[in-house]
Amino acid sequence: MAQETAGKTEALEAPYVEFCPSECKGCELCADACPKKCIVMSESLNERSYHPAMYTGEGCTGCGICFYACPEPGAIRVYKKKKAAKQETTDEA
Amino acid sequence: MAVEILQKPGGFCHIYERKPGLDKVSTHYCLGCGHGNLHKLIAEALDDMKLADRTILVSPVGCSVFAYYYFDVGNIQAPHGRAPAVATGIKRSRPGSIVMTYQGDGDLAAIGWNNVFQAANRGEHITVFFVNNVIYGMTGSQMAPTTLIGQKTMTTPRGRDPKNEGFPIKVCEVLSVLDAPAYIERVSLADTKSINQTRRAVRKAIKCQADGKGFSMVEVLSPCPTGWRQEPIQAKRWVGEVMTKHFPLGVFKDVISEREPYFFPDTGQGPSLDEVKRVLGWEDDADEAALPEVKPSKENQNPHVKIAGFGGQGILVMGLVLAEAGMRQGYHVSWLPSYGPEMRGGTAHCHVILSDVKVGSPLVSKPTVLIAQNRPSLERFEANVAPGGLILYDSSLIDVAPRRKDVRVLPVPAAKLADELGDTKVSNMVTLGALVEHTGAVSREAVLQALPVALPRKEFVELNNKAVEAGVNYALSHPQNGGRDEPL
Repeated sequence: MAQETAGKTEALEAPYVEFCPSECKGCELCADACPKKCIVMSESLNERSYHPAMYTGEGCTGCGICFYACPEPGAIRVYKKKKAAKQETTDEA
Repeated sequence: MAVEILQKPGGFCHIYERKPGLDKVSTHYCLGCGHGNLHKLIAEALDDMKLADRTILVSPVGCSVFAYYYFDVGNIQAPHGRAPAVATGIKRSRPGSIVMTYQGDGDLAAIGWNNVFQAANRGEHITVFFVNNVIYGMTGSQMAPTTLIGQKTMTTPRGRDPKNEGFPIKVCEVLSVLDAPAYIERVSLADTKSINQTRRAVRKAIKCQADGKGFSMVEVLSPCPTGWRQEPIQAKRWVGEVMTKHFPLGVFKDVISEREPYFFPDTGQGPSLDEVKRVLGWEDDADEAALPEVKPSKENQNPHVKIAGFGGQGILVMGLVLAEAGMRQGYHVSWLPSYGPEMRGGTAHCHVILSDVKVGSPLVSKPTVLIAQNRPSLERFEANVAPGGLILYDSSLIDVAPRRKDVRVLPVPAAKLADELGDTKVSNMVTLGALVEHTGAVSREAVLQALPVALPRKEFVELNNKAVEAGVNYALSHPQNGGRDEPL
């Protein structure tokens, strides 16, 4: 899973979400899907003239809903606490 | 506390090197397009299931034609709608691979409908991801087979009317009545819950194949904001509120647990010669007299033959006997027929290659031997003959001679000689006899052995044998350059 773990692997105080502004196309699906409404669209434009999504800075629970709502493979990164026994959100239902 | 990071899954290329242009990190899809969501779920599943290294993805024609930019797996791009046929070939020849097609509704349900239908009916061990956005997205939102009743598109500006355009094809419903498929489910990308269900379905479909359970398909109702002229959020809601009314979600077929696993054997390099002989019933041929070795002169080695004439002249059979004889003589051979719808009277030609090495392509575009049994064939193909090649033509039917000076020419009055034997129809074997005697590429004995195998009617074998002999004798008595005075 990990392609690039960008440091920050230890000591996570709270879950958070990180956006890659240059990959964001401003579709707002992440902001719409976020149950905590902690994603907003930036006032500024990215190089492709979209208003990229950004984290308000508080409220993220690391649920990952925005990650799956986002159509762009690498635009969102969610940092969350690893559960003791890793529980897949899926099963062989 | 340890950190878990949800990020671009390993099933994707880190940098999209295959994508042209400067932007190698983002997809070419429009904002809000469902393709990206599904790509993500597939890439994540392949990575988590450790299958990416043996996965081959067949991408379609449509927006997702460029899926091979993104997925870090083996990729093949198929002609429009043919992904399941291409996938069939891949899976059969590489049974250890995970073969997936990724197709839109225009590709799968319109031009490619029969391909997916037959692949599903054969129960091919492939996984089909069918992205249904109810229009032709890439070409500008024309009506697709799946377009909803009343839906306005570029080509149904007043809305789809079933009286005029018929009803939307419900792909899952149709395919699920077939016996062979193991797993068919329709899911959507309408909301978080639906995306989670899609994630499960994607994994289940891939696992179905990995476990050898047979054909699996996931239809994904997916938003196309650009094609629908909607904002991404609006489009996503429309999937849930409108599309799912017409295309109900759910599992349409799931017999995975009842199925015994089956894995196609790996064909590797293909069957051995002995195995081929056994299947063809040739084991008894050991009793047949061993064939004399042939040592054709340089210009007659590895002939690439084009045989042409009217339908009914036995053009294709002549090629078949030549190929069969060549096979017995130890050559790699190919026979490729080309004919019109007529059994008789139309034109027919075939390509035959006898080669010391494996035949790459059975097509003969520069023949080293042209056999012309009528005048149009001679006129049509004379120019294509390789320099130094041989033109063998029926001089009793063709009243002109070849004009080329850089080829060898052998006129054989085949129809006349056959007539003298009592049946004009064996002129083809007269010609063949003359060919083998003149070129020495195969032995006369090989032709005589091949005749009863290649001829559909055994009672004519004897007459055909005589015809071959007549051709051989003719060539023996006219050895030099087909009776031309000047040497080549």
